[in-house]
Amino acid sequence: MRLGLLPLSPINLDHVGHYVHWGVIQISVANLLLILLMVVIFAAAILLPFPGTRRRK
Amino acid sequence: MTAVPASAGETSVPAEESGGWTGWVRRRALRSFPPDQLLPDKQPIYVASWIYVFGVATIAAFIVTLASGGVLALRGPAWWHGSSVGHFVNSLHLWSVELFMAFMVIHLWGKFFMAAWRGKRALTWITGAVSFLASIGTAFTGYLTQQNLASQWVSTQAKDGLNSVGIGAYFNVLDFGQMLMWHIVLLPLGVGILVVAHVLLVRRHGVVPPFPPKETQDRAATVDDGSVQA
Repeated sequence: MRLGLLPLSPINLDHVGHYVHWGVIQISVANLLLILLMVVIFAAAILLPFPGTRRRK
Repeated sequence: MTAVPASAGETSVPAEESGGWTGWVRRRALRSFPPDQLLPDKQPIYVASWIYVFGVATIAAFIVTLASGGVLALRGPAWWHGSSVGHFVNSLHLWSVELFMAFMVIHLWGKFFMAAWRGKRALTWITGAVSFLASIGTAFTGYLTQQNLASQWVSTQAKDGLNSVGIGAYFNVLDFGQMLMWHIVLLPLGVGILVVAHVLLVRRHGVVPPFPPKETQDRAATVDDGSVQA
């Protein structure tokens, strides 16, 4: 039943995961991308102006 | 309980001492958390930044996690593995946790680089850090109680690590009942209490202000070491 749902997924998950190996560090590509996305969101939160800031000044 | 005088002529206990232990708690609570400080309608201008949004986003995701987890507890694994609505609520629980952890880590990064423990805010920082650790434990026990192959795999891998540090006898990841109780009672209760304490401490001490401009810091350092005296 669950396998029948897989072709509907936007990404084909029916294979072994991809991993990055760097010395003792081993991390899945999915987790690495997620951490990079969090870093991008963090940088955007610091740099982007907050709505209404100008009005309140 | 202290008696209230029936008429204006009777002697009454001073307001500061009345009320027994409930009065003491009330006075202490009002002194520590005045209503305008507990539920403020204004914040300093430096709070108008996206980086301050992630704390409240973490709490919002936590509420969705608790609500979806409550529904999963009511309906059981046959429902969350075997029906389309069950799949949806199961996924809602998973993705709200994913967002909860992501928002919390971004919030933590922001507060770390602001040195948010400044100005007698050490306990605020500590409650946040400990709730992060407790959340990792809650998520881990959640993986153990999915009732599928993934939970079996995670538990058999984790038992060796936990046994190697000597806590396997007390925290047995192969004991489904024990892990379920940790996941749905003890750890969410712990995280919930820590989050409430964290928010109350933020209300009490206020949001940490940004670092002062560099010229101000330099001037303060110069005065401190006495190298320049007018």
